[in-house]
Amino acid sequence: MTAYLITSVSIVGAAPTDLLIRDGVVAEVGPGLSAPDAVVVDGTGLVALPGLVDLHTHLREPGREDAETVESGSRAAALGGYTAVCAMANTSPVADTAGVVEQVWRLGREAGLVDVQPVGAVTVGLAGERLAELGAMADSAARVRIFSDDGHCVADPLLMRRALEYVKAFDGIIAQHAEEPRLTEGAQMHEGEVSTRLGLIGWPAVAEEAIIARDVLLAEHVGSRLHVCHVSTAGSVEVLRQAKARGVRVTAEVTPHHLLLTDERAETYDPVFKVNPPLRTADDIAALRSALADGVIDVIATDHAPHAVEDKECEWAYARPGMLGLETALSIALDVLGPEWDLIAERMSRTPARIAGLTGHGVDPAPGVPANLTVIDPAARRTIEPAELASRSRNTPYARMTLPGRIVATFLRGEPTVLDGKAVK
Amino acid sequence: MIRHLLSGADLDADTATEILDTAAEMATVAGREIKKLPALRGRTVVNLFYEDSTRTRISFEAAAKRLSADVINFSAKGSSVAKGESLKDTALTLQAMGADAVVVRHPASGAPHRLANWVDGSVVNAGDGTHEHPTQALLDAYTMRARLGRLAGLSVAVVGDVLHSRVARSNVLLLSTLGAKVTLVGPPTLIPVDIAGALAPGTDVSYDLDAVLPDVDVVMMLRVQRERMKDSYFPSAREYSRRYGLDGPRMRRLPEHAIVMHPGPMNRGMEITPEVADSPRSTIVEQVTNGVSVRMAVLYLLLGGNNR
Ligand SMILES: [Zn+2]
Repeated sequence: MTAYLITSVSIVGAAPTDLLIRDGVVAEVGPGLSAPDAVVVDGTGLVALPGLVDLHTHLREPGREDAETVESGSRAAALGGYTAVCAMANTSPVADTAGVVEQVWRLGREAGLVDVQPVGAVTVGLAGERLAELGAMADSAARVRIFSDDGHCVADPLLMRRALEYVKAFDGIIAQHAEEPRLTEGAQMHEGEVSTRLGLIGWPAVAEEAIIARDVLLAEHVGSRLHVCHVSTAGSVEVLRQAKARGVRVTAEVTPHHLLLTDERAETYDPVFKVNPPLRTADDIAALRSALADGVIDVIATDHAPHAVEDKECEWAYARPGMLGLETALSIALDVLGPEWDLIAERMSRTPARIAGLTGHGVDPAPGVPANLTVIDPAARRTIEPAELASRSRNTPYARMTLPGRIVATFLRGEPTVLDGKAVK
Repeated sequence: MIRHLLSGADLDADTATEILDTAAEMATVAGREIKKLPALRGRTVVNLFYEDSTRTRISFEAAAKRLSADVINFSAKGSSVAKGESLKDTALTLQAMGADAVVVRHPASGAPHRLANWVDGSVVNAGDGTHEHPTQALLDAYTMRARLGRLAGLSVAVVGDVLHSRVARSNVLLLSTLGAKVTLVGPPTLIPVDIAGALAPGTDVSYDLDAVLPDVDVVMMLRVQRERMKDSYFPSAREYSRRYGLDGPRMRRLPEHAIVMHPGPMNRGMEITPEVADSPRSTIVEQVTNGVSVRMAVLYLLLGGNNR
């Protein structure tokens, strides 16, 4: 196994030092290291972070390999600085059995670019009617711990209660896509001034907030772990703040796009800006950013959602919701938070790894820890060109925007997946 | 002149007034024995209709033909559109056919905006989803000006299902630009959120039709679909009519000079009674006639008929 010596690199923002990777682990950290057999990576001006961990990725395989595969999505993830991603269950067939989650897990191992941790569906076929075999998925080779019907809300309160209770047996967690379905029938974008002007059916903030309020009460009642996907409104932040203050075991994520883009993007009717939950207002963005800084929101998760061209080059109402995120998330975080490396490591690596139970990930580079890490050039600026992305799809909302930061290298258990900013395989 | 007409917001006061003035000239053609001008000879106008709307399509067709344009009707029924061809592929086909203007009616809000990215010709929005219908607003403004002599300073009540109405959105935008004051009236469930901020500052909202009527110059009744009560926008057609329908006694609360408008098609007995629809105050038939003149003016000006 090739050894790598990264020289003069800042580990999570600390003073520059050398970092030696050998045999899958960080072998040594300190100034003036020498390792004649090692490949040298000049880390001057660069920052090393524990490899990023995404709690919310849609890899589309099996079923929509035209939009993304486990391999292409893994490559996009590695290029974005990730060493582990949690693959959502809304594939075709749905990941609601041990067989499907093991298939996805195995495809991830074969691609070998990031650790692909499958998420299991909560209900059979995401239909919201009866529980999937959660225990079988937990006991499978994929060792599923996060369960989610993402794309759909587990709207039935009894079913949600049972799911929260049931997964306690194997320390599972329910990740809820909070969307009251009756309040969002036909919804196309955030309900507000812009939806009124554009004549598009509104998706009111209360449809998210009502479900989160209900679910934190249910989680409190049964003493279970709840994770809230893609929080998008200021009102949701307040519900979470109160629940956390009471000691409810709830965690929450926000997407990069909900930290940056507002509903005004819909004004061109270009469905590249259609996403669920929808882009909200500047006030929501301000609340989400401060919640991310103060810890009411625990994690940045991408909700990377590749879509084929024909599902986006069409009328707004007919387009599928979702946007790419893996290859731009770190840049958006840097743009939004600034070079707050410890905060970025916390929100994009350590905390998501802990929530997902991914030991070996989310650990700062130090002697003896698995070499899952990424190296960033914070001074670089790059203009996003959809055609240059590694994802099979092109639906990035950041096309032709210039963003800060570039991933120079990523290592998965000591093996480079990205070097010189390019995927190794 | 603007290139596309997608929204009432595309028109500033000067452009809107130019269209209305041109429409007045076009109206004189309708009085002639030969109702035809050579202005758009050799130009191709495509009517691309994804929704059945015979009245709007015929109005545009008559307008284009009176200007001697070649008209191609491309309807969702019996064409490749029904077989699921994408809007973009259809646009490329129209582009290859050399369409100088595409008049589009579509059930999805914003479809004309998408189309405008994919064709070189002018796109005219003939009604998109619950978004806008700018030529309807122009013909309404034309009708008001013809009947009342002015637009600036008029007080206009737009009554009914504003939430789902493309006519209401375009009228609020255009009338505000031309200096009229708009009050939207309906049950709170059918008035969209933040309407003044969304469309035009100074737009008022009222839930009480009787209180509004004595002070308006124009009352415009919107079509209200009975099916809306299934979604609990209102309890019953009967209650809707009682609170927001325009009947004889309510009409008599209007000032002497005030007119009653309706974009059609009407639900007689729902939002308007036959007594009102057929009264001398009603402009419903004139609106149809004026529609052709206004659409002639729009096509003429968009296609540069005045520059030749
Ligand atoms: Zn979701």
